[in-house]
Amino acid sequence: MGEFIQFLTNNLADFWTYTGFANATTGHLIMILVGLFFIYLAVAKEFEPMLLIPIGFGILIGNIPFNTEAGLQVGIYEEGSVLNILYQGVTSGWYPPLIFLGIGAMTDFSALISNPKLLLIGAAAQFGIFGAYMIALELGFTPSQAGAIGIIGGADGPTAIFLSSKLAPNLMGAIAVSAYSYMALVPVIQPPIMRLLTTKKERLMRMPAPRKVSHTEKVIFPIVGLLLTCFLVPSGLPLLGMLFFGNLLKESGVTRRLAETARGPLIDTITILLGVTVGASTQASEFLTVDSILIFGLGALSFVIATASGVLFVKLFNLILPKHKRINPLIGNAGVSAVPDSARISQTVGLEYDPTNYLLMHAMGPNVAGVIGSAVAAGILLGFLM
Amino acid sequence: MRNIIHKMMRRVFTPLPCGGAGGGSFLLLLILLSGFTSCNKQEDETSKVVLNEALSLNKRNFQDDYGVHNAWIEVFNKSYGTVDIAGYKLAVYNGVGDTVFYNVPKGDVLTKIKPRQHALFWADGEPNRGTFHTTCTLDTARINWVGLYDNGGKLIDQIEVPVLEADHSYARVDDANPEWVVKGGDEASSYVTPSTNNMTIEKNVKQEKFAEQDPAGIGMAITAMLVVFSGLIILYVLFRLLGLGMQSKKSTETSKTETMTENQPVAKAESKEGEVYAAIAMALHEEMNNVHDIESGVLTITRRTSAWNAKHLMLRK
Repeated sequence: MGEFIQFLTNNLADFWTYTGFANATTGHLIMILVGLFFIYLAVAKEFEPMLLIPIGFGILIGNIPFNTEAGLQVGIYEEGSVLNILYQGVTSGWYPPLIFLGIGAMTDFSALISNPKLLLIGAAAQFGIFGAYMIALELGFTPSQAGAIGIIGGADGPTAIFLSSKLAPNLMGAIAVSAYSYMALVPVIQPPIMRLLTTKKERLMRMPAPRKVSHTEKVIFPIVGLLLTCFLVPSGLPLLGMLFFGNLLKESGVTRRLAETARGPLIDTITILLGVTVGASTQASEFLTVDSILIFGLGALSFVIATASGVLFVKLFNLILPKHKRINPLIGNAGVSAVPDSARISQTVGLEYDPTNYLLMHAMGPNVAGVIGSAVAAGILLGFLM
Repeated sequence: MRNIIHKMMRRVFTPLPCGGAGGGSFLLLLILLSGFTSCNKQEDETSKVVLNEALSLNKRNFQDDYGVHNAWIEVFNKSYGTVDIAGYKLAVYNGVGDTVFYNVPKGDVLTKIKPRQHALFWADGEPNRGTFHTTCTLDTARINWVGLYDNGGKLIDQIEVPVLEADHSYARVDDANPEWVVKGGDEASSYVTPSTNNMTIEKNVKQEKFAEQDPAGIGMAITAMLVVFSGLIILYVLFRLLGLGMQSKKSTETSKTETMTENQPVAKAESKEGEVYAAIAMALHEEMNNVHDIESGVLTITRRTSAWNAKHLMLRK
């Protein structure tokens, strides 16, 4: 009887070593709190819930402590585990282009086509990427790490994941979480900078209504856009190719079912997988480092630089534009590619000063130009640093 | 000598599709585009697998699975996809006797060469020892011509291996590099490298260059911003021109319509645009004021008398 009790005790003790309670570390608990905070932001504050819920829950999944020496094949970094298989889409970089396919299929480039000079705002805002790149170099990161960190300033989650998976795979978790966090915090980060850099007169500026864009122009745009940008930066092909392909599906008018699949079930599926696996990749042992803290700081800085560059560029641009064609600088912030959140910020801030001045349609121009601009910038960084 | 050998090979295998094309401008164009490039070059630029290194006198170099030092020929898959070389042919001719061919056997998974990887063939004349032991041998005292044919019998690469000192190889400077050199020295760039990269890369050259020449990242920022701006400026110019073209076309069509129908369709179109603006304004209003997003949850039913609920119709006599 005594032996049997001893046997049971040993079994229970053995079982205890496999539990999360026995393997928990302070790092795990901190990361679980971070995951809960993300879920709170998504549910209570409605900050990017589509992204923060999967990422937040992914952080919880990735930080359940377990006995890593038992070979249970449950962790995201254990080859052959379910999570590891799903994570291949991130590490091999094929989730982000599929997300771009969906974005292309749901984006209306009319605002940009009707007023193509707004493209230049999308280009100017990319300075956030290179500003952060320079600061990261100063802080001692290698050029490829600095490039991967800088791309956070593009405010484009899929692009950030794509580039960091190629240039700095070990920093990908921190970069992805940082990029998505700041995208969710666009309503907090951008308005003060916009107010700081504009005068009241500028904020009240009205822009002429965009002209109606023909179907032919809408069909030509993705084709010319692809050929031009990818001939210039072939390394941006996976992202730009899928973005423009998705847009052609939408605008051709003859592939409605394909476009609906791309912007509906496909992008939803990939968003779920991408979010949850990126979240799960933030295992405390990999994530809680000084580098991660620096990345978060640099990420915030890159958003600030990108927003300021966009607004200041518009002010500069207005100096050479005729009076009736001037642009309201409040749409300069939309040059970062957080679609459509940053365009909504332009609208909201604009309405604060003139409740009848609707800037949303105008802001969508630089906003979608930002998507193209950040993908081109990612291609350049990949070409130079890979 | 190479030409003589090549002529001889062409008797054995199907002629290369670079000459003898029939008439017609299309064929002529095809020849211009592809034929000239593949005819007389040492290496077919479209081929994915190339000869990469060869060693004819092996005294203290790489051993085979049997522990024997033999001559070897290395091939390299220069593409970024896996290539199965089953059915390919290795040929060696050193001026004595006939050219010796070795058919790479089918059915061995090891003949699949991964992207940017190598395969090493032993020129030991012992094909019964395994897939990578060939019927060929390299003459240590003569120049050896080595050819590589794809599974369609097309010569895709060839090289003349000079007479070499013991444990020296004749190799491309770097994998798939067109320049060949004799290797066997003590410097890193001169190592004999069977089954590995001809040039060992110990550092990321691009990164080193950036770290050295552009430590602050200003050069990268300027270059990249210039590229981003140029790309989007070209796109801007194109769509500005396209927009102007479309607008002028539209105005021409409108003026035609005006003449034909006395402004009626134009007025209709304008009113339609107005409706669109009204719909957008309505949508914005609903968005801004959260109309219909939050309901009280209380249903209010106003009682109305109709033929269905009129009291006198529900009463029975």
